[in-house]
Amino acid sequence: MKIAVCVKQVPDSWAEKKMVNGLLDRENVDAVLNDLDEYAVEEALRIAEAHGGNEEGGANTVTVISMGPERATEAVRKALSMGANDAILITDAALVGADALATSSVLAKVIGDGGYDLVICGTESTDARMSVVPAMISARLGWGQLTFASKVTVDPAGKVSITRVTEAGVDEISAAFPVVISVVEKINEPRYPSFKGIMAAKKKIIEQRDLAAVGVTPQSAWSQVNDATPRPARAAGVKVTDEGSGGEALVNFLAEKKLI
Amino acid sequence: MSNVFVLADFSGEKATKTTAELATAGARIGAVTAVVLAESGKGAALAATVNQGPIANLLVVESADFAKHGVPAVADALANLIKSKSPAAVLIASHAFGKEVAARVAVLTESGIITDAVDVSADVTATQLVFGGSTTVHSKVSHGTPIITVRPNSIEADLSACSPAIESASVEIGDAARLSAISSSKPPVKGGRPELTEANIVVSGGRGTNGDFAAVESFADSLGAAVGASRAATDAGWYPHSHQVGQTGKTVSPQLYVACGISGAIQHRAGMQTSKSIIVVNKDPEAPIFDIADFGVIGDLFNVLPQATAGISAKKS
Repeated sequence: MKIAVCVKQVPDSWAEKKMVNGLLDRENVDAVLNDLDEYAVEEALRIAEAHGGNEEGGANTVTVISMGPERATEAVRKALSMGANDAILITDAALVGADALATSSVLAKVIGDGGYDLVICGTESTDARMSVVPAMISARLGWGQLTFASKVTVDPAGKVSITRVTEAGVDEISAAFPVVISVVEKINEPRYPSFKGIMAAKKKIIEQRDLAAVGVTPQSAWSQVNDATPRPARAAGVKVTDEGSGGEALVNFLAEKKLI
Repeated sequence: MSNVFVLADFSGEKATKTTAELATAGARIGAVTAVVLAESGKGAALAATVNQGPIANLLVVESADFAKHGVPAVADALANLIKSKSPAAVLIASHAFGKEVAARVAVLTESGIITDAVDVSADVTATQLVFGGSTTVHSKVSHGTPIITVRPNSIEADLSACSPAIESASVEIGDAARLSAISSSKPPVKGGRPELTEANIVVSGGRGTNGDFAAVESFADSLGAAVGASRAATDAGWYPHSHQVGQTGKTVSPQLYVACGISGAIQHRAGMQTSKSIIVVNKDPEAPIFDIADFGVIGDLFNVLPQATAGISAKKS
């Protein structure tokens, strides 16, 4: 099987984020591999391992695909150190400020040209938090959409079944290759890169492509930010120490504020 | 006057309050048409439950494909309706299903998309709270039909009764929308508590519970609240991951948020700091969550919560 994993480099989710000129300031924060994409990388590796492995010349390959600045090689390298075979990084100055529509169009072109059987994504990035790119890739490619998976079962003969878990309930869904899968947090326990994996990742190939090489005309964002204002910090209110009547004080506060 | 589409939102076989919230926002822009996408034979029954909010028309489409193929079929039908009726904007509930429908509709109709709006104005400007609610952003779609998903519980719904005109339509659903097959669907296990993102009150537990959520749950039940958990608690396996509030979990914005035994790392605050009122119960007086609390109790949640639960029950009786 040819498996692709889409990953994104994002500002560390523990860092304070700011807007500059209507765009997220990505320069001045620590950047990491999107937390939720680690589950996608892990799931891809597990699927490969369950069906003959992804060693060189083996039955399967796992290719990491990412779009972002050159600096995103760090996040891509992390996915490679977990055990993916190789990577494609789409970098182009015209992609700065790309929205989800432009991003999905670039990713879909690269995926479509690569002849993959499965594409695996995280459910969302921790910066934009839209949860739309996997569905967009599926719509653009005309591939089956198997998203919000808490369990993925692959029949290498050409079929994937998932358990989809959302606030609307639990669905069992299946589709024939090729498919776009997104996996929820906690579908698995992502492995830590081993020392051997980190060393091996340094030699793995990250192929960089610009938009001309991808074969997509740059598309401007179809939504614009008019203004972005930091919200005033919340002021701390009343603080009491429980000396036996803390619960009562809490109830009184609720009553005062007409919350009960 | 222009026409605005609202994708009617259902829980089970009943329209949710979110449908009225979407209609309330939509009515600022134009006359609201609520689109009801129903299983074959269920259209009339579902449409009858869409009876609150400023809704002028109902557009009802029945197809067996909606239940069989889910998001892609719903998106295909909605996109085709948009192409034939050219609404000024389309408002959809911002949950997993709604966001994915919006995503596909944006691709199919070549339209810009904005997700997780907390408000939409008459000129179709969307307000979003980004970066964990630390920044307010106003934005507009500049291409095609604005496709906007609106967070449940963020717009005060006009719940006045309505009796919209009902129109039935039939829509072609393409083969590309029928590639994945749903073999079984189970509704969520509710356990009698409200849904986390729709609840007016949320009570959450963290590391300080030490794995025992009984006090948190009893207190939540006395308030009719949903129960949330910090990442520390879900990572430890103490509470289901689906209840995680925070940057990698759910974002909630209830009238009241009660954080119990949660230190308040930025990861957690990002998911709850836009709550109207925040109450904190924590043993550690230095816990950063106290900085954003309207009312804080420094104390052991296992003492404070049962006393508060009893106090609320006493007030009710």
